[in-house]
Amino acid sequence: MRKIFFQTLAEEFKKDKSIFMLFADLGVKFFYDLKKIDPERVIDVGVAEANMIDVASGLAMSGKNVYCYSIIPFLIDRALDQIRVDIAYNNLNIKLLGAGGGVVYGLEGVTHHSVNDIAIMRSLPNMTVVAPGDVKEAIALAKASIGFPGPLYVRFGRDCEPEVHREEIDFKTGKGIVVNKGKDICLIATGSTMLSAAIEVADRLSKEGKNPTLVSMHTIKPLDRELIFDLAKDHSQIITLEDHNVIGGLGSAVSEVLLEGGYKGAFRRIGIPDTFSEHVGRPDYLMEKLGLDSKTIYDKLYFLDKLKNHDL
Amino acid sequence: MPLATKEEIQILEKTAQELRRDTLDLIYKTKSPHIGCSLSMIELLTALYFRILRINSESPRDENRDRFLLSKGHGVPALYPFLAKKGFIKKEIFDGYAQDGGTLEQHPTRNIDLGIEITSGSLGHGLSIGSGMALAGKHDKKDYRVFVYLGDGELQEGSNWEAAMFASHHKLDNLVAIIDHNKLQAMQRIEEVLDLNPLADKWRAFGWETKEVNGHDLNEIVSVMNKIPFKKGKPSCVIAHTVKGKGISFMENEPRWHDRCPDENEYQQALNELKGLC
Repeated sequence: MRKIFFQTLAEEFKKDKSIFMLFADLGVKFFYDLKKIDPERVIDVGVAEANMIDVASGLAMSGKNVYCYSIIPFLIDRALDQIRVDIAYNNLNIKLLGAGGGVVYGLEGVTHHSVNDIAIMRSLPNMTVVAPGDVKEAIALAKASIGFPGPLYVRFGRDCEPEVHREEIDFKTGKGIVVNKGKDICLIATGSTMLSAAIEVADRLSKEGKNPTLVSMHTIKPLDRELIFDLAKDHSQIITLEDHNVIGGLGSAVSEVLLEGGYKGAFRRIGIPDTFSEHVGRPDYLMEKLGLDSKTIYDKLYFLDKLKNHDL
Repeated sequence: MPLATKEEIQILEKTAQELRRDTLDLIYKTKSPHIGCSLSMIELLTALYFRILRINSESPRDENRDRFLLSKGHGVPALYPFLAKKGFIKKEIFDGYAQDGGTLEQHPTRNIDLGIEITSGSLGHGLSIGSGMALAGKHDKKDYRVFVYLGDGELQEGSNWEAAMFASHHKLDNLVAIIDHNKLQAMQRIEEVLDLNPLADKWRAFGWETKEVNGHDLNEIVSVMNKIPFKKGKPSCVIAHTVKGKGISFMENEPRWHDRCPDENEYQQALNELKGLC
């Protein structure tokens, strides 16, 4: 997904000489093509993320359209003060591209996982937060990012996801995409890792004769309130899915809208239960341990269904 | 820029004393902190704003202007009077400093039209931002220079040294770091908290062409800054030895004046000391 994002960006990079790409020692392989086009606008700042963010700020203040890339905890958590003051407060034209949302970096361990980035980034004024749900969304986002006015945070999930969208999509930041319009149950997922899990869950429910609605909520901020209000009208169960702490992420954001809108149905956040990963393993293994694999999600929905019908 | 004549230096010294008094007035009237660290800046700002910087308040967004970045944001009570004197900040905005509903805070927010290039107050940002601006200047083949004004205590922030490496690696000879070396950080002596010495050697080791000056001697400051860049292909560093609280005897080298505001008696005494000099 990152590969196609950078390939798409390369087309624009060739035409638009104001685009600069900064990265901090990691992801070198993604930038070979850009370097071939213009090595002066592709800068490896070394292992120095705080400096990267503010060099980007200085470039953006000089009229450049700047992208910064790294693994999320180093890009975001490490350089947060620079992001807060110089990018967000000054409302600069900078795109932060973060790799490894959730536990995508599996065996590399907790230092490389990211379970709190959505919460941090959506609480920054002026910041837009997007987690593309599949390859089509990543391509559309790469194009949209070029002319995007202001700070943008892109959270990449897993790279090798199937295309969820079979048709052409109408991608706009701030507007969720309804993958399937059904009834009663509504699954709202963000990012490629969770959207692909969500589609497995939805397929299984469909085989049982249910017709769940599935939404790719790629933009977590600004959140598509209109769509959520619409969904609230004809769904008795709304479930959010994210590979992020349940505190402060997609589920929190959607719940704020639902509660303020007076939603009377059942609502559940499915995400990482306020914990760092306590296990060692590859992403699939960790997702299972965190209860975020499609089977466990399905079981949780069944449990929710029981609660709805019998206990509430 | 030709060397300054003796008469020109005398005029600059007079200007410096006027702006020292303006800084004192601004802080006293608004009961604001940071007088000590503002007073150490006066001669350096005088040299920059009246001799070195190629800027014009008529065209604050001129792409070819020199950039002045105040990285030690707490020193802004010294900067605002200079920006007012140079026509960037109009009287009504200046008078709203540190007032409810005003424009100017006790740490600056980026406002190009007012001559404020960056937001600062969180330390250790300016040199990296300046590096980005200098890099853009090189890339666009523009001849503007970027001057970043740093506090010495601020150099304890590690991000400065990331930027120092970056700037020399990229041969940013359009970038100048000015270190206001008054030897005091917020409330204590730097050498007692976290020593910076040998400071000039550190900058040289990081690839910066470095010169030391008396930061209150305008003749020395102007003649050194006239030589920027000190060496082609290298960023320049000016370590200016200064005195915190400079010009008001009872404030000089006294840590408590970092954030203390003079009371009426102290203000009068300070005014009397400055009077003979303006």
